[in-house]
Amino acid sequence: MTDYKKPLPYVHEETRPFWDGTKRHELCLQKCQDCGKFRFYPRSICPYCFSYNTEWTGVSGRGKIYSFTVSYRESAPAFRADVPYSIAIIELEEGVRLVSNIVECRNEDISIDMPVEVVFDDVTPEITLPKFRPRRS
Amino acid sequence: MGSLTKKAAIVGVALADCGEVPGRRPIEFIAQATKRALDDAGLVKDDIDALFNAGLPGGTLQLGEYLQIQSPKFTDTTVIGGSSFEAHVQHATAAIAAGLCHTALICYGSSGLSDRKLGPPRQIRAASDSPSSQFEMPFGTWTTANYAMAAQRHMYQYGTTSEQLAEIAVAERKWASMNPLAMMRDPITIEDVINSPMISSPLHLLDCCLITDGGGAVIVTSPERAKDLKKPPVWVLGGGVSHTHATLPISMPDLTCIAAKQSGETAFKMAGLTTKDIDVVELYDSFTITVLLQLEDLGFCQKGEGGSFVEGQRTAPGGELPVSTSGGGLSFSHPGMYGIFLLIEAVQQLRGECGERQVPDARVALCNGVGGTLSSSGTIILGRD
Repeated sequence: MTDYKKPLPYVHEETRPFWDGTKRHELCLQKCQDCGKFRFYPRSICPYCFSYNTEWTGVSGRGKIYSFTVSYRESAPAFRADVPYSIAIIELEEGVRLVSNIVECRNEDISIDMPVEVVFDDVTPEITLPKFRPRRS
Repeated sequence: MGSLTKKAAIVGVALADCGEVPGRRPIEFIAQATKRALDDAGLVKDDIDALFNAGLPGGTLQLGEYLQIQSPKFTDTTVIGGSSFEAHVQHATAAIAAGLCHTALICYGSSGLSDRKLGPPRQIRAASDSPSSQFEMPFGTWTTANYAMAAQRHMYQYGTTSEQLAEIAVAERKWASMNPLAMMRDPITIEDVINSPMISSPLHLLDCCLITDGGGAVIVTSPERAKDLKKPPVWVLGGGVSHTHATLPISMPDLTCIAAKQSGETAFKMAGLTTKDIDVVELYDSFTITVLLQLEDLGFCQKGEGGSFVEGQRTAPGGELPVSTSGGGLSFSHPGMYGIFLLIEAVQQLRGECGERQVPDARVALCNGVGGTLSSSGTIILGRD
């Protein structure tokens, strides 16, 4: 049992390699072997060229903040203690965007285009969430 | 491209009781608004042969059962968020033009405010296997935060300011002050908006829509039937619908460009009109930023110029471009999916029924609904003879 009360992803087969990756502290994306494009969120079919020819690839986890907000209201009761908390859209070097939180950074220091890198938050024994901090390397 | 111009008319509109109306279920607001809209049109229940709904569990199935409108010839539960009702007008007009039905009921009801007061704050829910529940909700995303990120990006790309966004809220409050049915009627200033509590940066409380109870209904019929009804017909001149994503726009090339561009272009082209021809603009104002993005993507100003466009109360009573003349979701009422209220206000403006807030000699109105998280857009251009 865990006392983690925030929403957890319901992992299914189509997306399991992503969550298996984060559990190993590795950020993995699908790359279409026909059109060469990375995609996110995970889908069995490439939404650009409709190919099923896909490989999961470990990526750098580096990117920059595309946009962000500091939320003064919680989305669910379990987030109440975090208020105000950041939510950001991260644009990875591979071109895809994902949603996460900015950590190891004061809210007032967050800005668009800030370089960030992935860190892994093991929120339960089963689930690790990818979060992002200001880039150090 | 096919055209729907003057292939159908809106002949009846009505609001249900709106504001704080405890103890009623959504379908009750719908029944009340439907009865009033039929009275408005001079039609009776048995005239309805097509049903449209978004919001009820089961959609038109529950609607038809509750109102005992059995065996409709056309039924449509398109749900694309708050713009669903603009899509319904487009679909109803197409169905009437094709001869599939002759008189459509489009309706919405919600007990959004009373539900909220009954229990703990509603949590945002998504199907357990939805992309949103896996890749957004674990990070604490919610509706206002998602719109806030669009606002933040717009500020970054174009230098838009909180004061400019506040202009929109102030202007709508002025319209609301002249609407006896509006929930929030006391004047506010730009400073009031900026000094209201931050909800999700950069959006303040007064940048956000109300949460209310209420409902509305719209009756659409064929040109033949529209001729000799109680009120003059309000013609559908053009309609377009489009969408870009479901919840969070991580795959949109630009977070500040929304589907109103596509839906608006389709509607304007069909109507053979431009922004210069529009006398009244009813925009979906879930948040101030929503209005700004629509003004740009519908072509009332250039992309990125929305901030300076709304300065000086341009969209307020007496301004150059009357926008959201009921007071909108920011000040009139917002029971969850606001799109139907845009249509109702536009029709009443075109009929000259709006009293103190009436836009003089309004002949052509544009309604634009936005649904989801800037996900969908539906544009309907309406005109009177």
